[in-house]
Amino acid sequence: MKMKALKAAFPHTIPVMTGYLFLGMAYGIYMRVSGFPLWYPLLTSIIIFGGSLEFLLVTMLMAPFAPLETFVMAVLLQARHLFYGLAMLDKYKDQGKKKCYLIYALTDETFSLNCSIDAPEETDKGWFMFFVSLLDHCYWISGATLGGLLGSLITFDTDGISFVMTAMFTVIFLEQLLKEKKHHSSFIGFISSLICLYAFGKGGFLVPAMLMIMILLTVFRKAIEKGEGS
Amino acid sequence: MTVMQQLITIFLCSAATILMRFLPFAVFSSDKKTPAYIRYLGKALPGAVFAMLLIYCLKDVDLLHGSHGLPEAVSVALTVSLHLWKRKTLLSIAAGTLCYMILLHFIF
Repeated sequence: MKMKALKAAFPHTIPVMTGYLFLGMAYGIYMRVSGFPLWYPLLTSIIIFGGSLEFLLVTMLMAPFAPLETFVMAVLLQARHLFYGLAMLDKYKDQGKKKCYLIYALTDETFSLNCSIDAPEETDKGWFMFFVSLLDHCYWISGATLGGLLGSLITFDTDGISFVMTAMFTVIFLEQLLKEKKHHSSFIGFISSLICLYAFGKGGFLVPAMLMIMILLTVFRKAIEKGEGS
Repeated sequence: MTVMQQLITIFLCSAATILMRFLPFAVFSSDKKTPAYIRYLGKALPGAVFAMLLIYCLKDVDLLHGSHGLPEAVSVALTVSLHLWKRKTLLSIAAGTLCYMILLHFIF
């Protein structure tokens, strides 16, 4: 049963594998070049497992010690995970022991896969989502460690490889548009993010964008629920 | 920073991440019925969040300077059209990424 779920999950994780291996390597190299030991990228890829925060962490580690500021910044940057949790409440509900790890490893990419893809019939849903999460986690750890090992030894022309994530989110968003009957929510997300990106700049637009999405979804709840026929 | 302070910084980042990931599940535990409003959010959010993530990926694009976001626009357009045509996820992603890398390398 587990093997079957693993085999079913693997192909879906290939884009994430590409992205995580390269981004992870970039992160590992960045850590080493900044003068930190090899086990830092290894440790952080295991216990943080959140790309953007880990990159930011390097800057934090080089600045003077500021625990409160660090924590607040990390919470703000990771606040988007609240959304993933809300959206996955039902799917992760009855996963027993696996549930803890599923939540622990809920990154942007793992969320997108587990939220948009349904396990094939005859495959155990829980194990399918578990392996998507575990494979993604392994890719990230491998990438970060590999990057840490290589340090600055190797530079090859991989400019633009991180676009694999953009392409993946493009396809996932497109699939969502094709699947849904009404596009209220997608439209709200799109417009809110654009407006906030323009108003607050790329460094701090996520939190206001999320607030705006919440407010608009709440204000237009009746219309949206009607449109979905539920 | 001393090594101890560095470790504290790392653990604080880990704690913040774990907190944000577990909070919704801790607040709305499975034994109690989830409020209708939260269930509605759970259903309505994915569309909005996917849109937000896509914009988040493209946040560094500068329309006014450099390549004016052309390589991104072309590659996203290719990904979308190929996907609408063939509906093969891996193919669309691979083609879009390769296109972007080639554009970046040879043209921009």
